[in-house]
Parts: sequence; C-alpha cells; structure tokens
Amino acid sequence: MEQTGAINYIDLIKNGIFKENTIFKLALSLCPSIAVTNNLRNGVLMGIAVLFVQVMVNITVSPMRKFIHPRIRLPIFMLIISGWVTVTDMTMAAFAPDAYKQMGLYIQLIVAFASILARAEMFASKNKIMPSLFDGIGMGLGFLFALSIISLFRELLGKGSLWGYQIIHAKPLLILVLPAGGFFAVGLLMGFFNWMSMRGEKNGHV
Amino acid sequence: MEFAKLFEIIIAASLINNFVFTRFLGLCIFFGVSRKMETAVGMSITFTSVMMISSALSWLVFNYIMLPLDITFLKIIIFIGIVAGFVQASDTVMRKVSPGLYYKLGIYLALISTNCIILAVPLINAGERYSFIESLVFALGSGIGFAIALIIMASIREKLELADVPKPFRGTPIAFIVTGLIALAFTGFSGLIKL
Repeated sequence: MEQTGAINYIDLIKNGIFKENTIFKLALSLCPSIAVTNNLRNGVLMGIAVLFVQVMVNITVSPMRKFIHPRIRLPIFMLIISGWVTVTDMTMAAFAPDAYKQMGLYIQLIVAFASILARAEMFASKNKIMPSLFDGIGMGLGFLFALSIISLFRELLGKGSLWGYQIIHAKPLLILVLPAGGFFAVGLLMGFFNWMSMRGEKNGHV
Repeated sequence: MEFAKLFEIIIAASLINNFVFTRFLGLCIFFGVSRKMETAVGMSITFTSVMMISSALSWLVFNYIMLPLDITFLKIIIFIGIVAGFVQASDTVMRKVSPGLYYKLGIYLALISTNCIILAVPLINAGERYSFIESLVFALGSGIGFAIALIIMASIREKLELADVPKPFRGTPIAFIVTGLIALAFTGFSGLIKL
C-alpha cells in the first residue's frame, strides 16, 4: 500500500483531468463554462477559483468525516462549501476588482456546483486527507483545463487575441464571443473529445 | 408608473435577460430535464413556485435581519441555508398533505436545492436592492423565462430523438448547439427595453 501511494496520487489527478472531467465528460457545472469563457483571463481566473474551493472543501471535509452524522452531512457540506466560497468571493473582490465586476455573480454561485458537493460526498467523506487533497487537485485541474481550452478557443477565434494581446490580424469570427457562441464552442469541443475517445477505443481494441 | 416598472422587470427577466440563454444559469437542470415535454412542464411549475417563495423569504431576512445587523457579507451562506431549508420543508409537507402532487413533482424538488438559478435570484435581488414587490415580480419573470426555455428545448429535443445526428455529437453536444441557435434568436430581444 505504501509503495503504490505515489502512483495512486498521480492516478487521482489524471482521473480528474481526463476520465471524469467535470465539463466534457460528466457535463456538470456548465454555467460558468459558457458565462465567463469569452476571454482567456476570466476563464483561467474562474478555473483557479474553483480549484481552490474544491481543494479546500475536500481537505476540510476529510478530517471531519468521522464527526459528521450521516443524516445531516449534506447541510454541513453546504455550509463548508459556502464558507470557502465566501472566502474566495471576498479575495477576488479585493485583488482582482475588474474581473470581479464581470464575473462576481458566477463566483458566488460556485456554491451551487454539483461537482464540488459530489466530490465531498463521494470521495472526501470516505477517504483520508492526503488522497482527498489530490482528488481535489485533480478535479480542480480538470475544470481549469476545460475552462482554459474553451476560453482559448473562443478568444482566439472570436477576437483574434490571447490574454488581451492581438495575435491574428484578420476579421475575427465575432459570433464566438457572443453569448450564443459559448454554446456552439462547448458543443463542438464536447463532440471533438467524444470523437477522440471513440477513435482511441477503436484503435485500442483492434 | 409603478405598474409599468413591474411590467418592465417581468419582460426583462423573462425575455431579455433570460436566465438560460443570456445569463447561462441553471444549465445542468436545463440539459437534464429537457428531454421530455412532461418533465419540462412539471419542472417549470415547481421551479417558479419555489423561486418566488424562497426569494420572498430571502428578501425578508436580508432587509430585516442582515442589513440592520450589518452582516451582508454572509449572504451566500444564509441564502443557501434558506433555500435548502425551504426545499426540505416543502418536500416533507407535500409528502404528508398531497401525496399525489408529491408523486408528480417530488423528484424535481430534490434536484432544485442545489440549483444556481434559485440561489441567483435572491443574490440579484439583494444586489439590485429591489423592493419586496419588485423581488417577487423578478422571481416570477425569471420563472417564466426558465419555463419558456425548457418548453422550447423539450419540444425540439423530442424531434431530435428521431434525427440522424453524427455519433460523437449525440446527447449533450448536439443539445448545446441547438441551445446556441435558440440563444442567437434570443439576442434579438436585447434592446427591447432600456433599463
């Protein structure tokens, strides 16, 4: 058990990024994946906020798991989550006021993320603190990865820029930064990842 | 004058700032329950009523307890407590009082407690400092908007079941693209009313 520890942690992280990717595979917590991804900076900031909340919630729930009565576990988890979201919310408001003005509501709504509650319920409340920490990191990185890809795709094609710097000097596809474009972008990327994994399976079996 | 303002809030909340198509909230539920018309209608009814009552409760707590005590920074924790508590309570009451209704709408109640729109409405009400009536009307408008979105989507998806969609796009991806097209149509409403 001791020897396989290191490998397990890496597996946990990989699981969060690829196998159980919150957005592309589980199709959970979709709201911010469209709302804040019209430029890369907001997408990455949102991803980091979620990563932080997920990790902190996991390592708060895990050591307390023996003291929480199973009947009242969900309200307690919600309380822990909303506490950490409030911390994130106030930190963002203080240190990144410009970005906060655009996405403040979505930061506050991290509370209602099914994925965070689900990880607390399914993983952190059953495992020790170290695996929970790495599970949180994996799930959070998976979310950050998904948001970065979507926002990279949308900003590059929709505005021809990355992180605010102009890269492509041609008329951009304006539709991708419009609200409706977010749905197209996520739909296309999801289809693309499905196609990739289908191809992978086919090659693996034959 | 007063009435005109309320009417504006309803139109703005249901069409111009439609929660699903322009604010992108409640998408998990939107994609989850829009497969069948029947579930879509049931969800809309439950949703609107829960939203109105919980936003009324939150308004009372926000204005009579949190503002005087100067603890508005706790609004996320308190609002989610109110919503979750209310949903749990109505679940219990409904099961006792009208089992028939519970049998029909009970599953939606369980889904609602961690929904972002239900939480967003009190947060927006608090942010905009709406009056009590305005908050209620805003909640009603948002509910109508969500119902419109769900019913449009459900009627399209029932047809979509029969369509020959490329394999990697089946299920959620094609639903996203359809939603994108509807959202494009909904951008036509922007500028209808200047707020």
